[in-house]
Amino acid sequence: MGAGRRAFVKSGALALVTMGLSPSFLRRAAFAMDLPKTKRGNVLICLFQRGAADALNMIVPHGEQAYYAMRPTIAIPRPQRGNDQTSIDLDGFFGLHPSLAPLEPLYRDGILAPIHAVGSPSATRSHFDAQDYMESGTPDLKSTPDGWLNRYLATKGTCEACASSAAESPFRAVAMTSQMPRILEGPAPTVAMASLGEFTVRADGDAATRLEALYRTGEADLVHGAGREMFEAVKLLKTANPQRYQPESGADYPRSQFGQRLREIAQLIKSDVGLEIAFADVGGWDTHVNQGGATGQLAVRLRDFAQAIAALVTDLGPRMSDVLIMSMTEFGRMASQNGNGGTDHGHAGAMFVLGSSVKGGKVLGKWPGLQREQLFEGRDLALTSDFRSVFAEVVSKHLGGEKLDKIFPGFAAHRLDWLGVL
Amino acid sequence: MRRPSLLGLTLATSVVSLTALPIAQRELGSDEQAIHILNRLAFGPRPGDVERVKAVGVDRWIERQLDPRGIRNDAQERLIADAFPSVHLTASQLFAEAPPPNLVRRQARRQGDTVLTRTDSMMLRTAAREARAVVGDVIGARVARSVASERQLEEVMVDFWLNHFTVFAGKSVVRYYLADYEREAIRPSVLGRFCDLLGGVAKSPAMLLYLDNAQSVADSTRPTLGGRFGRAARGRGGLRGRIARRPQAAPRLDSLRAHVPRGLNENYARELLELHTLGVDGGYTQQDVIEVARALTGWTVPGARQGADGFRFVPMLHDAGDKTVLGRRLAGGRGIEDGEDVLDIVCEHPSTARHIARKLAVRFVSDTPPAQLVDRAAATFTRTHGDIREVVRTIVTSDEFFSRAAYRAKVKSPFEVVVSALRALGASADTTPRTAGAVALLGQPIYGHQAPNGWPETGEAWLNTGAILNRINFALAAAAGRIPGASARAWAGDSIARLSRAMQIDVVVQRLLSGHASSATREILASGRNPQLERIGGDSSETQQPGTDTDMIGLGPPNGARRAGFGPPPKLTGVAELVGLALGSPEFQRR
Repeated sequence: MGAGRRAFVKSGALALVTMGLSPSFLRRAAFAMDLPKTKRGNVLICLFQRGAADALNMIVPHGEQAYYAMRPTIAIPRPQRGNDQTSIDLDGFFGLHPSLAPLEPLYRDGILAPIHAVGSPSATRSHFDAQDYMESGTPDLKSTPDGWLNRYLATKGTCEACASSAAESPFRAVAMTSQMPRILEGPAPTVAMASLGEFTVRADGDAATRLEALYRTGEADLVHGAGREMFEAVKLLKTANPQRYQPESGADYPRSQFGQRLREIAQLIKSDVGLEIAFADVGGWDTHVNQGGATGQLAVRLRDFAQAIAALVTDLGPRMSDVLIMSMTEFGRMASQNGNGGTDHGHAGAMFVLGSSVKGGKVLGKWPGLQREQLFEGRDLALTSDFRSVFAEVVSKHLGGEKLDKIFPGFAAHRLDWLGVL
Repeated sequence: MRRPSLLGLTLATSVVSLTALPIAQRELGSDEQAIHILNRLAFGPRPGDVERVKAVGVDRWIERQLDPRGIRNDAQERLIADAFPSVHLTASQLFAEAPPPNLVRRQARRQGDTVLTRTDSMMLRTAAREARAVVGDVIGARVARSVASERQLEEVMVDFWLNHFTVFAGKSVVRYYLADYEREAIRPSVLGRFCDLLGGVAKSPAMLLYLDNAQSVADSTRPTLGGRFGRAARGRGGLRGRIARRPQAAPRLDSLRAHVPRGLNENYARELLELHTLGVDGGYTQQDVIEVARALTGWTVPGARQGADGFRFVPMLHDAGDKTVLGRRLAGGRGIEDGEDVLDIVCEHPSTARHIARKLAVRFVSDTPPAQLVDRAAATFTRTHGDIREVVRTIVTSDEFFSRAAYRAKVKSPFEVVVSALRALGASADTTPRTAGAVALLGQPIYGHQAPNGWPETGEAWLNTGAILNRINFALAAAAGRIPGASARAWAGDSIARLSRAMQIDVVVQRLLSGHASSATREILASGRNPQLERIGGDSSETQQPGTDTDMIGLGPPNGARRAGFGPPPKLTGVAELVGLALGSPEFQRR
């Protein structure tokens, strides 16, 4: 980047001072010139399984007789060596669904921690409400305007912090989704895009150049400022040259939308564009009908899920030392199968946390049991871990977030309640 | 601030027109006033609108818009009826046409079909698709009306109130009640009495479901009008028998347990006070929230999940104890009157007058409206017992409204960007939901805001990096004819196409940007060069390579998965290119 434009951007920012515009905007505009120099820090990748993934068939409690009694046609069989239609034993009690086989080596390496009986303390069985709570981070409180990831960004990216040297990248928080998800909504700047290829001015000829000129000329107001930032961001992404991207170490991403989005997250990480938070979601988990067992509907979804994550880990290679991957789903499903070979909405669910600093290789979370009297309302896996205790631990230990009371208001985030994920 | 030359008029003529008008004491000239009201009381000017407003007179045009029933709008109503028939249907009719998939599934279960065939699965998938499509007509009609209606202020108010009383299409069965909500609760009162609007919303299935009041019932420790609720709910058939109006649709015991209300739910009560009426600093306590929630127990939509129409008060769910709301005591033993009294109390409350007055001033005047104007608007609200028309009149006829500081001070929302672009191009209303899809791509899906606080009314919130990019890409797509009903070529016609480039630029700046373009902007439109960058020695070389920005287009996933957004990059030439640049320019993002 030439010195000339930096000078221009700076003078534009100075002009803003005289116009009395907000400091947060001024900060963003002023630091646009330092974008490529963002510090390389830790990255959190959040994956949302929308639709309530069936925890009991993902992380199979094959040591529970009740599990097989309640799910006569969809239970995943007990582990059997050499049989890839049975659960993959983890610890003699739990096993992975056979479609999650790509994750098994990560568990054996001790960097993958499945967490059971975790979720929201809210009793709601509404997808909408439960997703809302998981993303706002405030169960049973609708009025929270922002998502907890955005609150993390806002509390850590204070002006004192960024006035020093750490410039904020426009790609500090990226959702690989066409709409900004609730979890990233809020005052801190975030970007949502369905694909990297979409993040460009879509015009042939020199229209794009001329539009940039329009935003670089004229008044130093909010609109021009945001436009300049955007063109910087487009250029920054182009400098990272993502179109030449080749996954490393033979990483083989599934051709699904989810697989491609994880591939693009890897591109962003390796491009050093200042990514700190990435988000992607994947649907298809609302398996009320013909859910299947070791094969079938859920098995197909899980295979895609596991292959994509395994490819991401392979592709990132040594960069995984900075990266933590965390999956979540709004709730689990009923312990018993229903009359359509599926499962209805339940309560506690399961998460996966994956990363080199993860104390994995064991299933975390207190197991509540599946006897009728152990079930929540006599029908669902009971909750033993609040999802916020996992989020809080990850925010604190992986991202260095400190203001947990601001990020999870109303949640007494006692370190003693943390599960020791990291 | 730079004062732009208006509509190509010379300075001399604008001075003449300024002094010639009786409204000359206003800070804005007559052209500016016409442009201003078209940007604030309407979704931007269509071709010829500025001249039409001037012919009618600014003040008379405002008066007409304040009384929408006096404006003929038959063509638009016919268009809506033809293109979006389902906006006239009730929820039960929509349920019958496109039942939600879980209902289809449950019915299949009850008929003893434990094994689902491939055909059944296909049927379920179709049902899911059709159920989603229920929203299409509602959002398509919203855009079409905003583009085409002659009653522009009415549509602006619909936009304002639907945002103030926001509901989310993705929650439970809310999507089936959206048409009813807009038609029955919102539209009749957008310029009427605030109390009527609030009452309509409070009894609307959409809001009752969205904020859970439908499932808020007296706590088991409280007396109810129909005996103790706890016993009734647990007794088999008690609650079920009385609430579900269609016996064949009664849910299984499992799902019943999942859906049976558990007690008091404060969601609606809290937002009623915090967002809908008093405002967050309006002077209420958590105890007031609880008392309001108790007063509203039993306000529900029995059988909503089976597609029942409409509000009902169910006495057996109502907390019949004494309550005290904002210092006013409500005697025990009463029914629906409790809730009605609460609505009266909050809509007459001075904090409500201030909260609503300020929010309207932010919408119509600026992100930081003058305190004196807000005071006057709040006083009007109080004096007229919440007559919205009078509050709006106070605001939009004020000197503050016609001030230099307010002129072009608002940043357009994505909805306003899309609708004003289509109006500027003289587009015919899109009869598909595609334009509504463009609004969603720009970050403001209609009925798509999850949280109850609604979309921001202020500018900065809309101006993040990705948002600007989407606005520009929308402008280019619209200029390329990718938005149904809009065509840059049709807009230009032969007469403009035959003009010289310089004159084309004049026309584009005048008609699409109301004359608001700096000399630099004109120069860039003319030459493609960036004079300011060159002046300071910037490295324009990087930005001067045609086509480099589009190299990335080929980046899509290797399997060539569907490209989201507005399709492949359009090749824009001639007038269409100028239109794309103008609609994508910083100037067009303001109103």
